[in-house]
Amino acid sequence: MQDGLRSDAPVKDIRYLEKGGIALIKFEHVSKTFTNNGKVFKAVDDVNIDIKDGEIFGIIGYSGAGKSTLVRCTNLLERPTSGKVYIKGEELTAMSEKELRAHRKKIGMIFQQFNLFASRTVYENVAFPLKGSGLGKAEKEKKVRELLELVELEEKAAAYPSQLSGGQKQRVAIARALANDPEILLSDEATSALDPRTTKSILNLLKKVNKEMGITIVVITHEMQVIKDICDRVAVMKDGKVVESGNVFDIFAGPKEPITREFVENTTTLSRIYELVDAKSDVTKLQPGQIILRSNYLEKNVSEALVSQISRKFNLDVNIIFGNVELIGDNPIGGLVSIVQGGKKDIEDALTYLKEKNVGVEVILDGRNS
Amino acid sequence: MAEILNQWIPNVMVRTDVLWQSFVDTIVMVGWSGAISFVIGIILGIALVITRPGNIMENRVCYQVIDKVVNFFRSIPFIVLLCGLVPLSRLIMGTGIGVRGAIVPLVFGCAPFFTRQMEAALSDVSPGLIEAAQSMGLSNPEIIVRVYLKESIAGIARGVTITIISLIGLTAMAGAVGAGGLGNFAIMYGHDRNMPDVTYTTVVILVVIVTVIQILGNYIAKKNTHE
Repeated sequence: MQDGLRSDAPVKDIRYLEKGGIALIKFEHVSKTFTNNGKVFKAVDDVNIDIKDGEIFGIIGYSGAGKSTLVRCTNLLERPTSGKVYIKGEELTAMSEKELRAHRKKIGMIFQQFNLFASRTVYENVAFPLKGSGLGKAEKEKKVRELLELVELEEKAAAYPSQLSGGQKQRVAIARALANDPEILLSDEATSALDPRTTKSILNLLKKVNKEMGITIVVITHEMQVIKDICDRVAVMKDGKVVESGNVFDIFAGPKEPITREFVENTTTLSRIYELVDAKSDVTKLQPGQIILRSNYLEKNVSEALVSQISRKFNLDVNIIFGNVELIGDNPIGGLVSIVQGGKKDIEDALTYLKEKNVGVEVILDGRNS
Repeated sequence: MAEILNQWIPNVMVRTDVLWQSFVDTIVMVGWSGAISFVIGIILGIALVITRPGNIMENRVCYQVIDKVVNFFRSIPFIVLLCGLVPLSRLIMGTGIGVRGAIVPLVFGCAPFFTRQMEAALSDVSPGLIEAAQSMGLSNPEIIVRVYLKESIAGIARGVTITIISLIGLTAMAGAVGAGGLGNFAIMYGHDRNMPDVTYTTVVILVVIVTVIQILGNYIAKKNTHE
């Protein structure tokens, strides 16, 4: 159904070509300042991001980090105070209102609160952006039916939004956002108002939209789970700045900034060990010579039998307290928290051995000197 | 039937022609001033909402001017407007008395009230919807028609209902100063000539008119509410 989705519009900016058509969306030194009662607030502070054609790009941050403002700079719902925004090499920030409106039609957007028109049926909501599209009546109808089929809501065409569940509303919003065959879909906390199960189904739908229709998706969220589930790359925002960005796997394997680590920790059970240590739980009462070791598999080496290797090689007893292995894309990532007992030297050698194997090691509690 | 009416409301039955004329006058006054006020109110209501800080056509000066003018006319007692606008009425309508003479003050009394009703109805449209419409590339005029007006049909219907009913009250007052209509009828015969049956009959007719309008308004509002 998406024939002709990719427009072959001439590329006006050489930079788009130079990079081999890599950056579909490009933020160049984008800043946005709000002035409220004389107080100046920098919502977005000198952000530089390249978003590639066909990827799902995540922007994560706590509320107030500026991520919603930043995503609105993609279609200029918020105009940057300074800096430039390019879509396919064309500078959006230099366009007239009229040109801008034409471009906005090619950038779909969905919202946390769905923003469906309450006085219009599901069908009318999806057909809403098609007015003035030049499609004939029959073509429009075909298009809307196809979109409703895509989001699996054909039988709800005549219903009003108030008769739908949250997940169904977001599906309608997605269908509506796709009506004008956009190349980009902006998702502003689209799953934040939904329960975990509905969130999964919406994320799967977004994945499908990305894979099958080739639409680039920018996902704004405060949930690392969302990033982990669907994103290829991620940028972490704090106080208006992008503090860290990269492939999702790399970020999970080796978060550098404290805030990134916090987000990553929140998605695993491993960090619970710190709570247990703080609470002086029985699990964490060590015998002399024991340590609590946290090991993180940074590379794709989860499949190696590292635990049995170190216990055999260094004559150690390894008692696993927590374990966590997850898939990011197709790559497993995870870690273990375990109590290790053995000779002082043996433990030291084992730690060195693990480091050589590129496993992140952290001694959380040390009973060797007590 | 006629006998019972003759017995119960003798003073009305001998001047049904006057009653009919009064009824028509009231309808004409409400119809004309209502229609003009509707147009003015909807334009000013939209203007107030879209020029408000943070909205699609934010304009401080425009907003403040309309806001203050509306407040100014809303704070003048209607009876003062009736007398004060006679010269303007003569200028526009050619007369300061009668049904024609009442329309100008009625519009001045009604339009600001209706403007506020429209402002309230349009303000109920969630900013999220406006943002969604903008993200779809709609222009401001399109947003006004396809989002603001379309989404607040129910609210507008309720506002129109309240406005028409209060307008009927205003026409009765205008009647007291010689504009004709049912109010005039009640004052002239019921009060001045001490014919209570005329007063009661007028009240019953007004109750029926108001009820019909309220039912109609509720119906339209309900039809357009999908929450």
